[in-house]
Amino acid sequence: MINVKKSSGDRVVDAVLYAAMAVVMMITVYPFWTQVVISLDGAGAGGSAYASGMILWPKELTLASYKLAFDFAELWTGYGNTILRTVVGVLLAVFFTALTSYPLAKRDLPFNGVFTGIILFTMLFGGGLIPTYLLIKELNMINTLWALVIPGMIGAFNVLIMRNFFRGIPEEIEESARVDGAGYAMIFFRIVLPLSKPVLATIALWVGVGHWNAWFDAMIYVNDPSKQVLQVILRKIVIQNDMSDINNVINSIGKATAFSGRQLQATVIMFSIIPMLIVYPFIQKYFVKGVMIGAIKG
Amino acid sequence: MNKTASINGKRIQSERMRLIKRYRVLLLMMVPAMAYYAIFHYAPMYGILLAFKDYKLTEGIVGSPWAGLKHFETVFSDSYFYTILGNTLVISLYKLVFGFPIPILFALLMSEIVSAKYKKLVQTVSYLPHFMSWVVLGGIFFTVFSLEGPVNSIVKLLGGDPVLFLADDRYFRSILVVTSIYQGFGWGSIIYFAAIANIDPQLHEAAIMDGAGRFQRMFRISIPMLAPVIAIMLILSMSGILDAGFDQIFNMYNVKVYRVADIIDTYVYRKGLLEMNYSYATAVGLFKSAVALVLIVVVNQVVKRLGGRDHALW
Repeated sequence: MINVKKSSGDRVVDAVLYAAMAVVMMITVYPFWTQVVISLDGAGAGGSAYASGMILWPKELTLASYKLAFDFAELWTGYGNTILRTVVGVLLAVFFTALTSYPLAKRDLPFNGVFTGIILFTMLFGGGLIPTYLLIKELNMINTLWALVIPGMIGAFNVLIMRNFFRGIPEEIEESARVDGAGYAMIFFRIVLPLSKPVLATIALWVGVGHWNAWFDAMIYVNDPSKQVLQVILRKIVIQNDMSDINNVINSIGKATAFSGRQLQATVIMFSIIPMLIVYPFIQKYFVKGVMIGAIKG
Repeated sequence: MNKTASINGKRIQSERMRLIKRYRVLLLMMVPAMAYYAIFHYAPMYGILLAFKDYKLTEGIVGSPWAGLKHFETVFSDSYFYTILGNTLVISLYKLVFGFPIPILFALLMSEIVSAKYKKLVQTVSYLPHFMSWVVLGGIFFTVFSLEGPVNSIVKLLGGDPVLFLADDRYFRSILVVTSIYQGFGWGSIIYFAAIANIDPQLHEAAIMDGAGRFQRMFRISIPMLAPVIAIMLILSMSGILDAGFDQIFNMYNVKVYRVADIIDTYVYRKGLLEMNYSYATAVGLFKSAVALVLIVVVNQVVKRLGGRDHALW
């Protein structure tokens, strides 16, 4: 853009704008900050920050509730199960989405329109909650990892994104491999997949964050506590306000420290979002790219 | 005539056979996906039959006796159904009216920020809530809106009496709207950032030459250039009008606010999975997906008519 000398009025507008955006950032971060403060705050005689209303800073800094959370076995079980469903879910989703998208990338594949139609129709209409639940039940998938990773394995939208990426790979590369006698399976594994790392990574991240945050499927399909995922355990403590398990831990280790219920809940929330907060700045750009691809459909 | 047609037909047939042979490995690759879609997407569609049957656990879906339209009659004659339908529409419309303009405004303001680094920072922060589940966000908002929480401390500062916001049916819908804006405004603005970035800089340069100020340029260039995208996004959002936000409401509501916050999806869950009223819940769910299907077909036609072929779904 050409250089124009800024008037003083312009500079005032700029200052207001920068300040307004700073306020937007503060409002966005503040709800999370309340949890940081409450989780680190002591509930001693001085009264906690929470009891005094505006939650800005811990009145007495303590890591006691984090230490307690480390002794809370249910959380670690949840972590394990969440990591398991995320890893298995991502591997299955990426592999089968790629396997499905590659044939569809060939415009002259027989029945291509039929296959694509069958897949895309599921974006418009579905059986709904009850028939899906009964199906999972009749397939004996209740209380298995499979109930969490298979039903959403091949997303129609992801197939579209990947198919379009594959179509962008120059045909000459495949043709020369075919001349050398390579079959389509070999081309897929040896040439197409290695060339498609960016799209595979994007889909992996989408699916991964989805699995990390998923709770509803685990809530309805899993009732064995040893197989429960982190989000559902978090939900029990924070949303349903069920502190019985955490109180058992407090009793069993005989802690002298007093904890407020809110502090324990904030600690569990922090415990569950810290991994996301750490990776978030690095992965968000892939998501932004994905929105752009999705907006301009192929 | 007939002869050439049949010769042509044979030629097409042999061409197809040649392609099937050539692509046999690729066709084989489609088998897992087709099996997956048949079992996990089309079998549940078949399960919709449940809505027309009296489900018996021992008989399964196929064996249960037919009930005709009995369940639909129960649904449509139940006054509570109209409560949840109304709630669904009202909450959706509130979210649309108040939530739709915010990402546009945010993107327009952000486009005036010169420093690329500051812009990046604000964007990154604004996307954060989108990456959190509503279990986490719901838990956090319990604190923010609780009796001793920050919102009530402002209320007290202003001389008011503290309010149990999340158990008060006067405020609950407003809180749903505000928190859903909080979660989605940054993410929703991405498409507008892109549209603004695509505006030809020469337009702005020419306007600057002509002495147009930044507000004039915003109203005369940026907003008119965004208009098509805004129109299409608005129409597309109409197709989701029956999705009032299950994840959010389910993690934030309670019995005290059912009257204003119970929506189709939460009702289907409670009726179906908690009360095990499978057939009835399936009927309510089918009503929703049927209306949604009609809406999306209509909306897609409208988008196409308006020349938004790039944004149409098919």
